[in-house]
Amino acid sequence: MTSPILKSAATVHKPSATAAFAGGSVAVSSAVGGSVVKLKLPGRSFASRIMPVLNAVASRIVPPLVMILAILAVWQFLGSKPGATLPPPSKIWTEAYDLIVDPFFVAGPQDIGLGWRVLISLQRVAIGYGLACLIGIMLGTLIGQSVWAMRGLDPIFQMLRTISPLAWLPISLAAFRDSQPSAIFVIFITAVWPIIINTAVGIRNIPQDYRNVAAVLRLNHVEFFFKIMIPSAAPYIFTGLRIGIGLSWLAIVAAEMLTGGVGIGFFIWDAWNSSRLSDIVVALVYIGLIGFALDRIMALLATIVTRGTASN
Amino acid sequence: MSPYLKIDHLSKTFTRGSQSTEVLSDITLSIEKGEFVSIIGHSGCGKSTLLNIVAGLVSSTTGGVLLENREVNEPGPDRAVVFQNHSLLPWLTVYDNVRLAVDKVSSSVKTRTERHDWTMHNLNLVQMSHAKDKRPAEISGGMKQRVGIARALAMEPKVLLLDEPFGALDALTRAHLQDSVMAIHERIGNTVMMITHDVDEAVLLSDRIVMMTNGPCATIGEVLEVPLPRPRVRLALAADPTYLKRRHRVLEFLYERHRFVEAAA
Repeated sequence: MTSPILKSAATVHKPSATAAFAGGSVAVSSAVGGSVVKLKLPGRSFASRIMPVLNAVASRIVPPLVMILAILAVWQFLGSKPGATLPPPSKIWTEAYDLIVDPFFVAGPQDIGLGWRVLISLQRVAIGYGLACLIGIMLGTLIGQSVWAMRGLDPIFQMLRTISPLAWLPISLAAFRDSQPSAIFVIFITAVWPIIINTAVGIRNIPQDYRNVAAVLRLNHVEFFFKIMIPSAAPYIFTGLRIGIGLSWLAIVAAEMLTGGVGIGFFIWDAWNSSRLSDIVVALVYIGLIGFALDRIMALLATIVTRGTASN
Repeated sequence: MSPYLKIDHLSKTFTRGSQSTEVLSDITLSIEKGEFVSIIGHSGCGKSTLLNIVAGLVSSTTGGVLLENREVNEPGPDRAVVFQNHSLLPWLTVYDNVRLAVDKVSSSVKTRTERHDWTMHNLNLVQMSHAKDKRPAEISGGMKQRVGIARALAMEPKVLLLDEPFGALDALTRAHLQDSVMAIHERIGNTVMMITHDVDEAVLLSDRIVMMTNGPCATIGEVLEVPLPRPRVRLALAADPTYLKRRHRVLEFLYERHRFVEAAA
């Protein structure tokens, strides 16, 4: 009879290292009597308070670390086999050592660290994406508000958004006759569609209640835009912004490969032309990490800005 | 003397494609200043449409609404609405929701401090000043409706329009809020037009109850005076013969003479 209870008390005791469960284990042990009280209850020591935090951190960090190590191991194994076409991680480490350890070295006009190259690419993305945000939200608001604008523009946008970013490049090169504005235009044209479409959906979904409130208060157009429209559509707008930043980052690499310059995209192309495979792999990791960071920053921004909006 | 708020031979027809439905037909009603009038009817009888027309959110097909002898055909803060589902802006705090209305309505006549004080005054009136920094998602349904009432009162409306304000609340919260509305009406003597489908609520709160016939072509079936002295006390009224008689009259109207036919809605 006592054994199952002891067992359950023991299972409760284990997570009771996390402070939240400590109360539960007290209740169980006092309910079942003396034999269980012997189990030592954790005091509210420093260790018991730091453990849940460490636990939470570890549960987030450990699984990806393990997976990365596993992937590296498999890669190392496959790459070191005779006849392998791609370099194993160990070779990349030795060959591209200076690129990995110092992102911000400057050894010459074309021989700079990947950190600098990423910053140059990011600068292009910032301009193109910034323009896309501005114009995307404005056009999206127009389409969301006006039935006629939607009927007129929506089919056109739906068609244009399926065009690959790179297909725009020759057109923009012809129009701007310079690689820098062309690359920025490609970023813009890539990022603008999801922003327009999501903004329009957000504006169209503003509850009638909010419109009624605005009507009773006699908010003018500017007040309505800033006080009702933007906050109400914010979750949708941020979905668009987040998709947009991801697409921009995808497009910049391809655009830079074709337009040249000093961005991260051109670096890959250049490395390929001089057969520096290890450098390419390092650049890919950079691109991935930056893309990941951009996405997370947008997500964080969205949670801060739309706090409260979605939950009602 | 002409009445304070006059609904004059008002009718409303909704047209969808070639189909047109007359929802409200020839409604005439006068409301005096300081009067509390309830409009009761089965769902689908167009009572919410009537309130929306008075609010100016919907336009009438024929006839019109006069407030202090001036025609109203657009929304405005002189006819503040308390919506059924509170309609608070979820991204603003309780205080900011009310403050938005205060700022919009009285920014030209009140200073910053006065606007703050007026916001707090109205939150106090509905006993919600303790939660002024919370967001709507963090407070209960009854509290949200209190804030909705505070927002409406803060506009200093000539007529307060209540659109089934307590319909979405549980019975206990509803009773509590009804008492609050009565107390506020007592204190500031505002003119109120309330839509409801709750017989007890109508009899308890109103000076007059307007009973609507079933739609389509709904119109005023009967107007019932409720000559109960104020302040009214819920418990004492429960056995009051006048109260019970009025209550019975409304029930009789709703369930005998104008029974709700689902097909009519």
